[in-house]
Amino acid sequence: MSYTILKKVQAAPNEYDIWVKAPQIASHAKAGQFVIVMADENSERIPLTIADTDKKEAIRVIYQVVGTSTEKLAQLNVGDALSNCAGPLGQPSEIPEGKQTLVIGGGVGIAAILTIIKTLKEKGNHVTTILGSRDREHLILENEIREIADETLIYTDDGSAGKKGLVTDGMNALFEAGKRFDAAWAVGPTIMMKFCSLVAKEHDLLIWTSLNPIMIDGTGMCGGCRVKVKDTIKYACVDGPEFDGRYVDWDILMNRQKQYSKEETESEHVCKLGGIHPSQSKEGGLQ
Amino acid sequence: MNAQERKKQRIPTHERKPQRRKKDFFEVNLGYEEAEAVNEAERCLQCTNPLCVKGCPVNIDIPGFIKKITEKDYKTSGEILKQYNYLPAICGRVCPQETQCEGACIMNKMKHFQPISIGKLERYVADWNREKTDSKKELNISKAVNKKVAVVGSGPAGLTAAAYLAERGFEVTIFEALHLPGGVLVYGIPEFRLPKEIVRHEISDIEKLGVQIKTDYIVGRTITIEELRDEFDAIFIGIGAGTPRMMGIPGSELIGIYSSSEFLTRINLMKSYDFPRHDTPVRVGKNVIVVGGGNVAMDSARSALRMGQTTQFSHHDTYHPNHVKVVYRRTESEIPARIEEYLHAVEEGIEFHWLKNPVEYIGENGQLKAVKVQHMKLGEPDDSGRRRPVPIEGKFEVFDVDTVIEAIGQTPNKLLLESFPQLKLNRRGTIEVDQNLMTSVEGIFAGGDIVTGAATVIEAMGAGKQAAKSIINYLSDDSDSHHQK
Ligand SMILES: Cc1cc2nc3c(=O)[nH]c(=O)nc-3n(C[C@H](O)[C@H](O)[C@H](O)COP(=O)(O)OP(=O)(O)OC[C@H]3O[C@@H](n4cnc5c(N)ncnc54)[C@H](O)[C@@H]3O)c2cc1C
Ligand SMILES: Cc1cc2nc3c(=O)[nH]c(=O)nc-3n(C[C@H](O)[C@H](O)[C@H](O)COP(=O)(O)OP(=O)(O)OC[C@H]3O[C@@H](n4cnc5c(N)ncnc54)[C@H](O)[C@@H]3O)c2cc1C
Ligand code: FES
Repeated sequence: MSYTILKKVQAAPNEYDIWVKAPQIASHAKAGQFVIVMADENSERIPLTIADTDKKEAIRVIYQVVGTSTEKLAQLNVGDALSNCAGPLGQPSEIPEGKQTLVIGGGVGIAAILTIIKTLKEKGNHVTTILGSRDREHLILENEIREIADETLIYTDDGSAGKKGLVTDGMNALFEAGKRFDAAWAVGPTIMMKFCSLVAKEHDLLIWTSLNPIMIDGTGMCGGCRVKVKDTIKYACVDGPEFDGRYVDWDILMNRQKQYSKEETESEHVCKLGGIHPSQSKEGGLQ
Repeated sequence: MNAQERKKQRIPTHERKPQRRKKDFFEVNLGYEEAEAVNEAERCLQCTNPLCVKGCPVNIDIPGFIKKITEKDYKTSGEILKQYNYLPAICGRVCPQETQCEGACIMNKMKHFQPISIGKLERYVADWNREKTDSKKELNISKAVNKKVAVVGSGPAGLTAAAYLAERGFEVTIFEALHLPGGVLVYGIPEFRLPKEIVRHEISDIEKLGVQIKTDYIVGRTITIEELRDEFDAIFIGIGAGTPRMMGIPGSELIGIYSSSEFLTRINLMKSYDFPRHDTPVRVGKNVIVVGGGNVAMDSARSALRMGQTTQFSHHDTYHPNHVKVVYRRTESEIPARIEEYLHAVEEGIEFHWLKNPVEYIGENGQLKAVKVQHMKLGEPDDSGRRRPVPIEGKFEVFDVDTVIEAIGQTPNKLLLESFPQLKLNRRGTIEVDQNLMTSVEGIFAGGDIVTGAATVIEAMGAGKQAAKSIINYLSDDSDSHHQK
């Protein structure tokens, strides 16, 4: 199997939007699921959400370059192939029918809400969307989402697109205007999902958040991705990744995400010394 | 020692010195030189009613392959082994011989005698054949029978079933969830005990039989069982017992607590001992506690020891020995680990604490700092026949540690099972099979750890072979009625 990159566009500074040939995954994927990819045979196995599929041939993923593995991915161009790609993993989103829904995406997390919105619309739901990002440059998929969602609100940190503020401001504005929802989704940085969940909790609103702990196999075999929800340990890769954010222990998640921060810096450094980004070599390190 | 005396004692194999080997991941046991193997083989009494064969889960013709060693005909010896066992270089290294063939050896029953080193001889022959025989050797494959079999999982059970069927002309495809085939042989058992090069070689021999291996295929997700049933005439499920059991005691979410599966997967499959040349890190503190007493615990402890290391595998230029303790809730005589691994662990300086069981993890800023253990004593025997550990009320002890690795067992991975609920499971969540290893669904067979619960490599292989035979029967019985493709 050759997971060839069929298309690649830069979606934002440091974010790439790629289509990868993976017919078997494309034909089985559902909203909310993810793949585990390896750029080359020495890479980490990293999870990325399936942002879209073109039913039989390929899957789309949008990733932000944050460290060694995503940087290795970024080195691959159209015609190159990923060494591995396995999926679809995780439980699909629980999609209701004919309900009022709210879908919030922040940063690269917007990639993960595209299929959720599409599937919600297919099932006759009303979809209000809030998109948030640092600034206009980092706002991805705006047009695609506007086309399918019934209503789209935009918030940026600096006000360069939409309103100045956070997605939680958008949530509060909707509630103040008297809007009511049957279910919500929030996908983005952990801290964003935490605060969205707090707002949802105040309004007794079910809010699905897609948790992103460190994963290895993605098939329930290692327990590294364990999270605490309603006081029980869950494996995000097989029981999730979506959990009702009102019951997630966010502090544990954030703590566990930091586990390898020291090694991640080291790995990135060696990777750069290895010639990938010699110009960007950081301080400290090997010698 | 006179010749008579010498015949009583087994010839030891070469082992790397503990002080050196504990700093790297190279193989600990170096096996026999030729003359030693021949001498050891000559100790064999060539019993007419060999007990060792009965002690072997796949009934290898042990006197037969040993006889050929005394004749220095290693090629034929290897062929004898391969008739029973497709993975002899692996079994020679990891089988619990002391409870199987060597335990049954008549010499083990005689005072002052040691059993024949059957495992080490098996390894010698397998290694000789791997190194000396032409890789383009003739294959003995029957005429194609025009039947397709899907094998799910590429551990020893799946590999054996696939090889057996392929040799008999079946078209076999293995579907493996991970990016490399081999199951526990690649992601669990460490390099210093079972070099991955050997596993790769044994697997490539199986591929030469025409077996196709599809990695990155999570059956139940990437392809469903229903889809496999449409395309294949029979299915064998050998998905192992991959999900770690965890203690679940307070503090389990702290950083520094691993399941053995995560810890060993990072090290073996993802090669974090070679970090940062391989990208996956593993963090091991200075003070490590491993919980458990089986092979998995020994492997975890010895890997943890080696991670505070210097070798050509790593750019760190100083050796920082780790302090590694194993805590086990029973005593030395109940440990399920292979005796060789336990002795190696002791030699390497791993400390054993018997009759202790963790009850709480204590942390600071989200990082593990200490483990509270409860002292235990042995009570009445339980189902396993071993005496049950019971807590001694009020007796606790606290160890300062920064890493804990829990190696307390594995349960079936539910991913496939949940996607195909038609498969009947038994009480322990393993797949229920009949005496032919057929599951509750016609045409679907299962074997290995997914049926027995965590067991051994050789038992998984035995099951793979038995299932393959049943599949052949099944497909010849019904060849006229259906499944004609
Ligand atoms: C279910 C799921 C879906 C995801 N979907 C997307 C997506 O669509 N787009 C996207 O850009 N990112 C996504 N992520 C996050 C992405 O996996 C990480 O950004 C990536 O692994 C970072 O790897 P790195 O080596 O480049 O960075 P590193 O320098 O290794 O790490 C940067 C940060 O990423 C996190 N991380 C590191 N390794 C892993 C790992 N193996 N698994 C999970 N997180 C890790 C850590 O918290 C770390 O602090 C998803 C994560 C999960 C769990
Ligand atoms: C650390 C460790 C040390 C051990 N040491 C020894 C020892 O010294 N001696 C000994 O005899 N035994 C030992 N064992 C036990 C032995 O390894 C197992 O009993 C044996 O590997 C079981 O073989 P299996 O084929 O049933 O399963 P496994 O080896 O577990 O292989 C199952 C395979 O199926 C794959 N799989 C799972 N789900 C799916 C799916 N849905 N789709 C596709 N593929 C899937 C898995 O990824 C895996 O590759 C050890 C085990 C461990 C964990
Ligand atoms: S990633 Fe290993 S169990 Fe979830």
